[in-house]
Amino acid sequence: MTADRNFRRSPLHDLRDRLATLSGAITVTETPFLAQINVRASTPPSSHPGDVNVLALGPDEFLVVGPPGAEDRLLAEYRAPGVSVVDVSAQRTALDLSGPAVRELLAFGCSIDLHPRVFAIGDCAQTVLAHTPVVVQRRESGFRILVRASFAAHLAAWILDVSPELTSGH
Amino acid sequence: MMLIPCPWCGPRDESEFHYGGQAGVAYPADPAALSDEEWARYLFFRDNPKGPFRERWSHSAGCRRWFNLVRDTVTNEVLG
Repeated sequence: MTADRNFRRSPLHDLRDRLATLSGAITVTETPFLAQINVRASTPPSSHPGDVNVLALGPDEFLVVGPPGAEDRLLAEYRAPGVSVVDVSAQRTALDLSGPAVRELLAFGCSIDLHPRVFAIGDCAQTVLAHTPVVVQRRESGFRILVRASFAAHLAAWILDVSPELTSGH
Repeated sequence: MMLIPCPWCGPRDESEFHYGGQAGVAYPADPAALSDEEWARYLFFRDNPKGPFRERWSHSAGCRRWFNLVRDTVTNEVLG
């Protein structure tokens, strides 16, 4: 597409080593450079099996998240009359959180109920986590936090700051 | 902190929202025909009831949609 990927540097490149020191109660890894396509359509785009997720951001707004490099394929796939498709991949990076204390961690900075009873696998929500606007997605392995690139370092620093206080999962 | 029911996202903290003032203030049909006083009245004059008040809110940290809400200005109770 545009940039030469060999020279791309993820927003959390410099914090990767520190995030890797977390283990046990919580595991945090950055999944950078995901293909993200914003789709404005009156009907939800067909959901995809496999490695592509369709997240509902609003009544007529959807975020299609796919593997790195899939931008062109997804743009072509979802382009249709009356539908707006925009590549917003550079806007956000993804933090994948897992571990027994993951909900406790999120509860430190996010007020919505993320219990599996009301926030099932595949569900997503746009909310505020540690004063940072995020998209939270529940996945089988835990939670994926999509955060704006410029806020990612703040959020990662907050996670590193809060994680010693976790009580569950030890 | 108020808990505000967003029609798309469900109940969320007040801090996720943006306040939009009184609901149902229609744009004048022919703005050029208004006198300065009538224009100022349209721009700046709003009801200030003690009790139920219909107002606009935007879920700016969530779905970013505008919606109407009836809130009791005395108790902050959301009436619908």
